[in-house]
Amino acid sequence: MTDAIKQDIKDYIMGEFLPGESPDELTDSTPLISGGILDSIATLKLVMYLEEKYRVSFEPHEVDKENLDTLDLVTALVTSKLS
Amino acid sequence: MSNTLQTRFAASARQWAQRVALVEPGAGALSYAELDALSDRVRDRLLAWGLRPGDRVGLCMLKSANSVAVILGVLKAGAAYVPVDATAPAARSAFILDNCEVKALFVDAQVHAALGDELAALLAAPLRAVVPDAKGAGVGLGLALDGLGAVATGATLASGPDDLAYILYTSGSTGRPKGVMLSQRNATSFVDWCTAIFEPSADDRFSSHAPFHFDLSILDLYLCFKHGATLVLVGEDMGKDARRLAQLIAEERITIWYSAPSILALLAQFGQLAQHDFSALRQVLFAGEVFAVKHLRSLSQLWPGKRYFNLYGPTETNVCTAYEVRLPVPESRSTPYPIGRVCAHLSAQVLDEQAQPVAPGAEGELCVAGPGVMQGYWSLPELSAKAFHLHACGQRWYRTGDIVTQADDGDFIYRGRRDRMVKRRGFRIELGEIEAGLYRHPAIKEAAAIALADDDAAVSIVAFVSWYGPKRPSLIEIKRFCAENLPLSMVPDRFSWHEDLPKTSTDKIDYQRLKDLA
Repeated sequence: MTDAIKQDIKDYIMGEFLPGESPDELTDSTPLISGGILDSIATLKLVMYLEEKYRVSFEPHEVDKENLDTLDLVTALVTSKLS
Repeated sequence: MSNTLQTRFAASARQWAQRVALVEPGAGALSYAELDALSDRVRDRLLAWGLRPGDRVGLCMLKSANSVAVILGVLKAGAAYVPVDATAPAARSAFILDNCEVKALFVDAQVHAALGDELAALLAAPLRAVVPDAKGAGVGLGLALDGLGAVATGATLASGPDDLAYILYTSGSTGRPKGVMLSQRNATSFVDWCTAIFEPSADDRFSSHAPFHFDLSILDLYLCFKHGATLVLVGEDMGKDARRLAQLIAEERITIWYSAPSILALLAQFGQLAQHDFSALRQVLFAGEVFAVKHLRSLSQLWPGKRYFNLYGPTETNVCTAYEVRLPVPESRSTPYPIGRVCAHLSAQVLDEQAQPVAPGAEGELCVAGPGVMQGYWSLPELSAKAFHLHACGQRWYRTGDIVTQADDGDFIYRGRRDRMVKRRGFRIELGEIEAGLYRHPAIKEAAAIALADDDAAVSIVAFVSWYGPKRPSLIEIKRFCAENLPLSMVPDRFSWHEDLPKTSTDKIDYQRLKDLA
């Protein structure tokens, strides 16, 4: 379950924000926000995608670097909302 | 009694001593008396260090009560403040502080180490510095000043109208930022125009969204303080987070909002505005770039009954034209609104390359004269001279670089630029500065940046790059490099990789071909 969610998030980020990039370059711990891959609009788009796909909702204070900076962190936050 | 930013603040502090001057959400609030006292301590520290009128003082701090008190304290010492982006790469900030030879520096503890290393490489002797920690509501600054020891109580220096008040650095086409020198009169003439148009009162609650190195902050700070109103600080962490921002505007009952249109577009799209009560909000001001009509329309429907003002002007003049949007925004409209008529304290005309007025309705460069126009660029006399048309009568006309037409009703309509400057999310960007930044990457052989505008006038930046060696750098690596080496507003949206970039017959990069490729 967690692996499938992580793969889905990775596919979304690759398709939307890293077109043409090799999937091997994006690891579970690649910094997404501090590494410049997700800017503020991209971060909101990711959140909206996740909210719709997994029928969860993010609190305003959760949409930040502390919670969303890596694939691992994003996956953990989504998973915690599903359990 | 002189009429300067600091004497005006002091007058408000006497008249409205117990009213709330600023709110730092999550940390606390300061009354006018408290902010006055804290900024007096900054003044006294600078005077004890021997600062003289006209000296520059650097400010590398996040939005906070601490940083507002520093700004006021620097002005009270008769000095000029130079705010740099505390979130930008330290090398860029260090260049600016060295360039204008700051005599003292206020720097947040969390960025002090990185900036200090960069400065040490540039400066012969270490700067006198005050290093507040992140404690809010002015506490961090107070403790940092305590740590430097007691000093005698001085007096606020009045300053003259032509004295330098602040230097705002903007993107430079050579890759180095340039410092726009702005006087007391530049600021006060603009603020007085704002008073006439927006008619604020001590009951207003202003947003402070723009960072202090951005000229929108001049309205926020000094219009608010002139009228004894309350300034609500919006921290950098929240500044682009639409949901938290919406919550803050509602909860803090902000009455006058001012930001770049891109922030308002974010609020309209992602702010979940229907969930909050915005009844306190009465005026929505925006400046810095074209506001796409579809987002303005949806915002004005989500926030009905407010007044919307499109303010226009480069840092060199601050706002020089203004347009109040007539509501409702028609469903059929997609053309951006005019930038409006010239502000009452300034004059404007549309000139051709020979500095002659164009025929009525024809395209030309918008040129501006009057007390709001900058003195020049710091330590760049040639560039400063080129920025003006000097007319025989001695009048200096600042050349905005913006191509406009004037409609029959007097409104100016923005058409485009005459150079390689673009506006993105309200920030002005010289494409040359992006290219200079990319060239710093060891694997990049050639770099060319172009700007594309979509149907909604939103600007995206495409970087064309070629590389050395067998394998091109990964996109992730380049994005990280940009995040570490360019201000956020300058990071390209897309990268296009090529073995070699196309050239013209004179072997220059062929930008026209690149635009076709994009």
